[in-house]
Amino acid sequence: MDMALEIAVAAIKIFIVVNVVQLVVAYTIYVERKVIAHAQMRLGPMRVGWHGLLQPIADGLKLFLKEDIIPDKSDRIVFVLAPVMVLVPALVVYAVLPFSATFYITQINIGLFFILAISSLGVFGIVMAGWASNSKYSLLGALRSAAQMLSYEIFLGFSVIGPLMLAGSMNLQEIVHAQSDVWFVFYQPIAFIVFFIAAMAETNRAPFDLPEAETELVAGFHTEYSGMKFAFFFLAEYANMFVVSTVGIVLFFGGWDGPDFIPLPGFVWYVLKLSVFMFVFIWLRATLPRYRYDQLMRVGWKFMFPLVMINIFLTGFLKYLFL
Amino acid sequence: MVGVANVSRIEQQSTVHGTEELVINMGPQHPSTHGVLRVILKLDGETVNDLDCDIGYLHRGTEKIGENITYTMFIPYTDRLDYIAAPSNNLAWVTAVEKFFDWEIPMRAQYIRSMVGELSRIASHLLWLATHALDIGAMTVFLWCFREREMVLDLFETAFGGRLTVNAFRLGGLHEDVPDKFLQLTQEFADLFPSRIDDYETLLTNNRIWLQRTRDVGIISAEDAMDLGLTGPIIRGSGVRWDLRRAKPYAAYPYLDFVVPVGENGDIYDRYLVRIEELRQSTRIIQQCLEQLPGGPVTCKTPRTIKPPEGEIYHSIENPKGEFGFYIVSDGTTTPYRVRIRPPSFINLGGLKKLCVGQLVADVVAIIGSIDIVLGECDR
Amino acid sequence: MSDEAVENSEQTDGAPESEESAEEVKTPPGEDLKEVVESAFPGAVLEQSAYQDDEDEATFVVGFDAIVAVATHLRDHGDSHFELLTDLTATHYPEAENPFEVLYHLYSIEHNRRLRLKVRIKDGQSMPTVSGIWSSADWMEREVYDLFGIEFEDHPDLRRILLPDNWGSHPMRKDYPLEGRGERIYTKPTRKEIGD
Repeated sequence: MDMALEIAVAAIKIFIVVNVVQLVVAYTIYVERKVIAHAQMRLGPMRVGWHGLLQPIADGLKLFLKEDIIPDKSDRIVFVLAPVMVLVPALVVYAVLPFSATFYITQINIGLFFILAISSLGVFGIVMAGWASNSKYSLLGALRSAAQMLSYEIFLGFSVIGPLMLAGSMNLQEIVHAQSDVWFVFYQPIAFIVFFIAAMAETNRAPFDLPEAETELVAGFHTEYSGMKFAFFFLAEYANMFVVSTVGIVLFFGGWDGPDFIPLPGFVWYVLKLSVFMFVFIWLRATLPRYRYDQLMRVGWKFMFPLVMINIFLTGFLKYLFL
Repeated sequence: MVGVANVSRIEQQSTVHGTEELVINMGPQHPSTHGVLRVILKLDGETVNDLDCDIGYLHRGTEKIGENITYTMFIPYTDRLDYIAAPSNNLAWVTAVEKFFDWEIPMRAQYIRSMVGELSRIASHLLWLATHALDIGAMTVFLWCFREREMVLDLFETAFGGRLTVNAFRLGGLHEDVPDKFLQLTQEFADLFPSRIDDYETLLTNNRIWLQRTRDVGIISAEDAMDLGLTGPIIRGSGVRWDLRRAKPYAAYPYLDFVVPVGENGDIYDRYLVRIEELRQSTRIIQQCLEQLPGGPVTCKTPRTIKPPEGEIYHSIENPKGEFGFYIVSDGTTTPYRVRIRPPSFINLGGLKKLCVGQLVADVVAIIGSIDIVLGECDR
Repeated sequence: MSDEAVENSEQTDGAPESEESAEEVKTPPGEDLKEVVESAFPGAVLEQSAYQDDEDEATFVVGFDAIVAVATHLRDHGDSHFELLTDLTATHYPEAENPFEVLYHLYSIEHNRRLRLKVRIKDGQSMPTVSGIWSSADWMEREVYDLFGIEFEDHPDLRRILLPDNWGSHPMRKDYPLEGRGERIYTKPTRKEIGD
């Protein structure tokens, strides 16, 4: 009986999270369009609903109803599977994210490890999409994407080691609890910088949006996709943005925990911090030009990799001395 | 259909090292080829080993048309060449035809010609900056530039009634004097514009990513630039201080004070700096034109039918893209015997191969942007 | 090559030279450039003219077998130094004995002056390429080939540039009809030719 209840509660939570995530993602796209529009002295969506508020729903409907084109010479099965392979890992990761002290789907003692492991599966979907499209642009985009995501996975993985050493746990809730006094960003500024840059590269956001660099590769790995399959890639990109933002908040900014003198519920703190993160992502996109492929790799291996190694060493050394 | 043979030609040679090279068709429908340019790239990984341009998608036989209509009727056709800077093309044609005669063009017309020519230079450079920045991924600059370009197009509309293809000048001067409102709005624009150039520069000039993408990329030495016949901001970016407004002054340029900016290394960044400085200098020229603008008529007495004496002339002006000239052969009738357009985009694009081989795909996009081509004039 | 040019010019040059000297009160435009050319290739300049004695319109007519040598000399000589080949084009005079005029517009940045070289050739006669002297001639010679049908020997890559590869005629010739189908021959490539 208990077992059944647990499963039922979990199922309800999953249902809520997945649907809320999709809705929030849709509205993040709206916010992104609005923010960038105002950065560029224009209005953005204004027609559908008050100030275009219903635009995401109209877009979603459009993508649902659009003709689904599968190119003649594509590898059909892989072509259809690829978007699923991208979206599913992006959503599965939500299983361990702590949205507040009490609201989460599950809590496991290898939470962070789970996130890193699952989210790196997404690159398979991208490579599959590039290969199955049987288009040169898609293939180039997918190859770039594979190289970029695999390299930056490493920096992302190494950059979280510093906070982990301080927290002494991989359980995300415990990492949050460990920051109840001071956020780790003050102890680990280098790790945070590396984490942030790697997170941008992981999610293929500007200035690292090379895999879908529209001016070089038309649209990169999803050039041949349309309709709902295209929407899957889109959803996955934004879902991944939420994941890396949440991980960043949990590791460096005290998660859902806020300062004690402002009594706000944990979930509100989480949303506030998340909004700041998302805004910075969007802001960067509106400001920066795009890196070139070899420069991206150079930044990674020649600058970020030594930096993050030094950080791990320093953290261990100082922890041994003072703690 | 065009260039079907080209692909197969490249494909036949495409086993140089035993590994197969990737042949990519960039264009004619591609976001960053600035029109219907098709570039066939032969890639080794992401490095360009060879490239071939396929042009002509926009070929309309403008030279042939010119041989069969009168001198005045050809002015609107010149609008359709470099349609980003239409008044400049008009200026090139009218000054070329006027070279056949010894008309005294009134000074007011000369000053207005210079002023409108500089406005079209601003419009053209703004479109270049917008698309060039967008190619490299800076999206915001694109829309900021279009905001100011819109103002310039509004100015054209005030003066001539057209926005893009304006048919601005006539043989012997202007069709009509410009309205006072045009002068007033131009003054407002010239006062505002320098601060807007500063805005673009804050986003790009010292941006590390912009520097990394443009510095030491697409380098061309002064000797190579001359050998390839490159003109305009490209050759100035390579350090050759040569500008036809100075070298062979036309319109009111002998009386105007401006600096010809040059670069040092001849890379994309230097071409960027040269064009940005040209934007400032153009604003300065417009200010001077407005200050010195004399009164009086805007057209001289011209015969009812334009019949140049027999002979041949070549006349060129400094268009935003480079040297834009006309070679006209007159046989003494009302239609030219031969009209040859010297297209800067066509000849500058000929240097693309030299600039691109050995660079990366992403650089090809940046280099095409830095050459600043308009296919309407390239294909004629 | 230069020797042939001398022979050619000696045969034809008698009449125009005397005409010029008869009119010669002031020096015609481009006289100093003529000296530069003549010092190395005597008699290479077959005719000299300029529209309304405009210095920028100085025009030399050169024999088709002398053009490469003269052009190289004009580019490299310190007194002329024409670094830029501004334009290369052609004109068709169907009634003339040599119906095609190939024109080279040279420009010297150093001396800020222009010079036009002209070569008159027969229909079907091919020209030597100058793309070895100025790389910019590469595309311009392709264009002349495309629109006039003048072939350039030793050109590195002579094929059509503006028109489709299988366009049957050369539209800038004066006998090209403005209306109707005429000789505007264009065969649609088969699917096999496209490689589909």
